[in-house]
Amino acid sequence: MSTIAFNPQTIGQKIISTANKTIFDKYWLIKVIPPILLIIGWESASRFGYLKPLILPAPSAILKAGYLQIESGELFHHLGISLVRITKGYAVGAGLGLVLGLLIGIFKRFDLATSLVLNFLRPIPMFAWMPLIILWLGISETTKTSIIAIGCFWPVLLNVIAGVKSVDKKYLEVASILEKNRYQTLVKVVLPSALPSIFTGLRIGIGMAWGAVVAAEVIASTSGIGFLLMYSREMWQPDITFVGTFSIGIIGLLIERLFKYIEDHLIKWNVNNTGNKRVGRIK
Amino acid sequence: METLETLYIKDLNKTYHAENGDVHALENVNLTIKPGEFISFVGSSGCGKSTLLRLIAGLETEFTGEISLGENKLVGPSIDRGMVFQEARLFPWLTVEANISFGLVKENLTKEERKKIVDEHIELVNLQGFAKSYPHQLSGGMQQRVSIARALVNYPKILLLDEPFGALDAFTRLQMQQEFLRIWEIEKTTVLLVTHDVDEAIYLADKVVVLSSRPGTISKIIHVNESRPRDRSSSAFTDIKREIYKVIFKDDNKLIDYYI
Repeated sequence: MSTIAFNPQTIGQKIISTANKTIFDKYWLIKVIPPILLIIGWESASRFGYLKPLILPAPSAILKAGYLQIESGELFHHLGISLVRITKGYAVGAGLGLVLGLLIGIFKRFDLATSLVLNFLRPIPMFAWMPLIILWLGISETTKTSIIAIGCFWPVLLNVIAGVKSVDKKYLEVASILEKNRYQTLVKVVLPSALPSIFTGLRIGIGMAWGAVVAAEVIASTSGIGFLLMYSREMWQPDITFVGTFSIGIIGLLIERLFKYIEDHLIKWNVNNTGNKRVGRIK
Repeated sequence: METLETLYIKDLNKTYHAENGDVHALENVNLTIKPGEFISFVGSSGCGKSTLLRLIAGLETEFTGEISLGENKLVGPSIDRGMVFQEARLFPWLTVEANISFGLVKENLTKEERKKIVDEHIELVNLQGFAKSYPHQLSGGMQQRVSIARALVNYPKILLLDEPFGALDAFTRLQMQQEFLRIWEIEKTTVLLVTHDVDEAIYLADKVVVLSSRPGTISKIIHVNESRPRDRSSSAFTDIKREIYKVIFKDDNKLIDYYI
């Protein structure tokens, strides 16, 4: 530990700087060995006939199917459709969550007026709405958009409310000593201090939205990545199902990284922000 | 610079209503503080010294009695009273200059005038070169300098300091005391300092007000007539210290000798 590490501020910085953004640090070997062993084992088991290709295809078969799916444009076609849906649903859900969250956080009366309704609706899982939504809207684009919107609405709403409400009273005292009015205090103090929490909500929200789009497509769709999963299963093409499943994971990871990147660059001042990065061990 | 005014505190009483009964934080506090005077408040923790400062700042508005600055009765916070807290309370999302600029409340300033005043205050607290830094990049002492600059940027008539150096390490604290005297000699504003450090109180102030606890009342006001900079090891300094501890520990000689 360096000599200045006892200062809490510099400890914060240290943690961020040692948080591993990449797998290629000095521990790379220990991280890389298990997946390689797993893949070798899996591939060998398939080659020696221990695994049925119709149940669990070999990694090489999945790779090949992935290549074919990319080459034919099918994979990106379905992913593209899903991404458009998630964009629409997220815009609606996160937008509503953001606006409503700010209103609730800022105005006590709005908070009280909405509290019973929101507390009643909050525990209802997003998929519990699906039958009703299909009843109203059929199997349409709006159905999927609505499910996605519901999925990302709650985490955004709750984190925005928490962020606005948890502004440090000490900052408010400074603002009042400096004769700031309500509006100035809101814009210059409350909102900036709520920003990290708001971003956490937006980031969790996009994760939920990605989950929701896949689920909605699995249940009620004729296109999109979720549909590709279901369709390939019905066609007994587990290699393509695997390609779909894994690409969902990869896209989800990329979206999360993108949000984290935006967050880190917009809120540079937030030293406590270690987010989902792994915290480096202090030796 | 605006003209300083006398601060009058008349029959000040403050009671906190807690679930397990009322707490008399301050009782019949009467004090007149002349323009430009440097007053320290000392007393054991819980004696209401911070409460007194918060009342003068206008952060607490429920009390009986009167606090007035010159002719004007004080109600609520105003920029004629700057305040520095134990924690620097800088906004982490603003740079040093933006934090100070946030404190600059005066309207009708052009961008250049605003920048000039902010730059002057950065210079005043010796933080040239750190204007674009964020608070988390500064040490505790430097953060407190920014906080002092932010409090002084409106040229307040009174500067209220609530244990401003209490969270700093011993060396930085001594250094900051010296620094603060230098700043005060330039700005010449009225200063009210709350501290639990008796040495600090004597080193800095013209008068040391000793408060007793529960209810907080003024036990004694001790004048420090030594010229600045003061020698902490001089016999006059030690005599004043003994006098203060005598009041705080109610003539318990063992404790007094221990602390001196």
